[in-house]
Amino acid sequence: MKQLFAFIKKEFYHVFRDWKTSLLLFGLPVIQIVLFGFALSNEVKNTKIVVCDYAKDAGSQRIIQMLEISNNFEIEKAVMDEKAIEKTFKEGKIKLALLIPAHFSEDLTHLNKAQIRIIADASDPNLATTLTNYVTSIIMGYQKELIGNMTIPLQINPEIRMLYNPELKGATNFVPGVMALVLLLVCVLMTSVSIVKEKEMGTMEVLLVSPLHPFRVIIAKALPYLVLSIINLSVIILLSVTLLGLQINGSLLLLFGISILFILCALSIGLLISNITQSQQIAMLISLLGMLLPTLLLTGFMFPVENMPIALQWISNIVPSKWYYIMIKSIMIKGLGFSAIWKETLILFGMTCFLFFMSIKKFKIRLA
Amino acid sequence: MKTLRHLLVKEFKQIFRNKMMLLIIFVAPVLQLLILPLAADFEIKNINIAIVDHDHSPISRQLRSKIEFSNYFKLVSVSDSYAYGLHQIEKDKADLILEIPRGFEANLYRENKQSLFLAVNAINGVKAGVGGGYLSRIITDFNREIQSKSGFNSRNSSIPTIEISSTNWFNSNLDYQTFMVPGILVLLVTMIGAYMCTLNIVKEKEVGTIEQINVTPIKKYQFILGKLIPFWIIGMVVFSVGLFVVARLIYGIIPVGSLFILYAFLGLYLIAVIGIGLLLSTVANNQQQAMSLAFFFMMIFILMGGLFTTIDSMPNWAQWISKFNPVTYFIDVNRMVMMKGSGFADLKYHFLKMLGFAIFFNVWAVLNYRKRV
Repeated sequence: MKQLFAFIKKEFYHVFRDWKTSLLLFGLPVIQIVLFGFALSNEVKNTKIVVCDYAKDAGSQRIIQMLEISNNFEIEKAVMDEKAIEKTFKEGKIKLALLIPAHFSEDLTHLNKAQIRIIADASDPNLATTLTNYVTSIIMGYQKELIGNMTIPLQINPEIRMLYNPELKGATNFVPGVMALVLLLVCVLMTSVSIVKEKEMGTMEVLLVSPLHPFRVIIAKALPYLVLSIINLSVIILLSVTLLGLQINGSLLLLFGISILFILCALSIGLLISNITQSQQIAMLISLLGMLLPTLLLTGFMFPVENMPIALQWISNIVPSKWYYIMIKSIMIKGLGFSAIWKETLILFGMTCFLFFMSIKKFKIRLA
Repeated sequence: MKTLRHLLVKEFKQIFRNKMMLLIIFVAPVLQLLILPLAADFEIKNINIAIVDHDHSPISRQLRSKIEFSNYFKLVSVSDSYAYGLHQIEKDKADLILEIPRGFEANLYRENKQSLFLAVNAINGVKAGVGGGYLSRIITDFNREIQSKSGFNSRNSSIPTIEISSTNWFNSNLDYQTFMVPGILVLLVTMIGAYMCTLNIVKEKEVGTIEQINVTPIKKYQFILGKLIPFWIIGMVVFSVGLFVVARLIYGIIPVGSLFILYAFLGLYLIAVIGIGLLLSTVANNQQQAMSLAFFFMMIFILMGGLFTTIDSMPNWAQWISKFNPVTYFIDVNRMVMMKGSGFADLKYHFLKMLGFAIFFNVWAVLNYRKRV
């Protein structure tokens, strides 16, 4: 027991002595929370659009005013033809052009009908759709203003309520994802690299001939990363609550329990990778391409899984972080209890057992 | 010159000898290019809807079938209990609930006005917004149908209507993949430049062979060039494979603009990004550190580079940071040239800035490289 303790202490020294690695270990969760929380969003604001007002009458002025009030755009006013619009699109500054034809208000009052053209730079399709929708709804608002108090029969009015996240904050969606990502990074990448490093440097031999059982050597290797993961987890939760104002609706104990199960699963993967590879570069690439990329893509925290081709949706089922992500969302945001997630827990538990068993089987006491 | 040639021969031998590495350099990008654009699809479709119908009237049934036959929604359940619908959301079986209140039809005809209730799972705010929007639009359409059936027609009446026609240029089908592929090509060459190059040098440090190089009369700049050129060529090749094989054959994407401009910018960008790799490798002492540093900075560069989210939507401080991010410029240029056919005149500032990055990082790397251990 004392020997094991000495080994664990050695591993901790290894980790903490190296500030460049610690930068990643402790900096990444903080940076990710800040970036995802404050910098990255799919919301559209401050986008530059150009209004080509050929009418210059009361109606067009009012529409421009309403666009300005909405605060979604930066509006530039210029009278351009299609060629000039294409040129500005190619320069890339302006994403949408609104063309109000001459005699706009006149047509509207006399003929009860007027046209407006919207041209969007659809090289970013989502941005184009969102901008077009915004502008359309503002013009519709102007039309409603004109109609005023005229009565329209049989109105159906949809009332929308947003569950769990009324302000439509991005945090509820990505915080569980960041948790999965950081835990994987620490447990899979760092663990596998740190063991393979000993192999590559030749110090593994020294460890294996020591009186400590080889299995305990591995335990001693994994333990610091378990502790680190729990620290990181707490940091992420603390930051999300204080900085992003996220509420933890479910049981914190259950949250940590499930997380520890996931950490064990990730550590098993890390051990497995380190047992089948001989060089750090390969271990890194396998962890990056094999674990981090699928996590980023297939858990559903950046991209909706249900949009993907069926084959990818299938593959997503064998990615452990997908199940973790589902459970964390259920606990943290929906505030559900264990009864709602026992199935996912069982799947993750099964995966962990399988991976752990595999990594022990692949573990060699002798060096090649 | 001769020294440099020898160094290059050595590098290429080392790279081509390592079969596993070779596989990763060339197969991994192709795989990523195949999977990423398929996965990174923000277009929102297949929204699961649970309907809670308290009314059971002809109108509620008509509405139901209208939703069912729209292309956006998949009806998962119809019941008359809200609790059941909510349970469907808790289990992630449904994304939103439409609740039709009791006496909906009767009250609509009596009071001329009725409300429907939508409850949307808003954990994913974007999806919730879009889903709610789609359903509202369907309800508005449905409303118009009912109104015209009852003899009210907004078109012929004296109500002023504005007709809006919208056109989408450069990508009229609103295809998300043509937008993602150019961005992912950038991601791939960035990884090659920053990771492979950093790890390569640091491995020499760790194994100790760098000392052998240090004791030779090789100059600092020769050493740096000897590392820069091979990865520059690999980057060029990977980009070409991605552009001409994967993008063209699989996605049918053919750049609208000039290939010359694209490659000129790529060449400059690779120098800058390898410069970052070289700089990181002078800082790191072992591979674990190199990987940690490269991963840390690349993660920030790539997330802030506008690959997945537009830079326009970032707050000012973040937009300011992204001005110092070479990845931003290449993603921008790649999309502009490939999709819109922007020319050199549109991109001259991008070229100038990238030239600045290339010089800055490489000079810093040369200065930072010590021939002592």
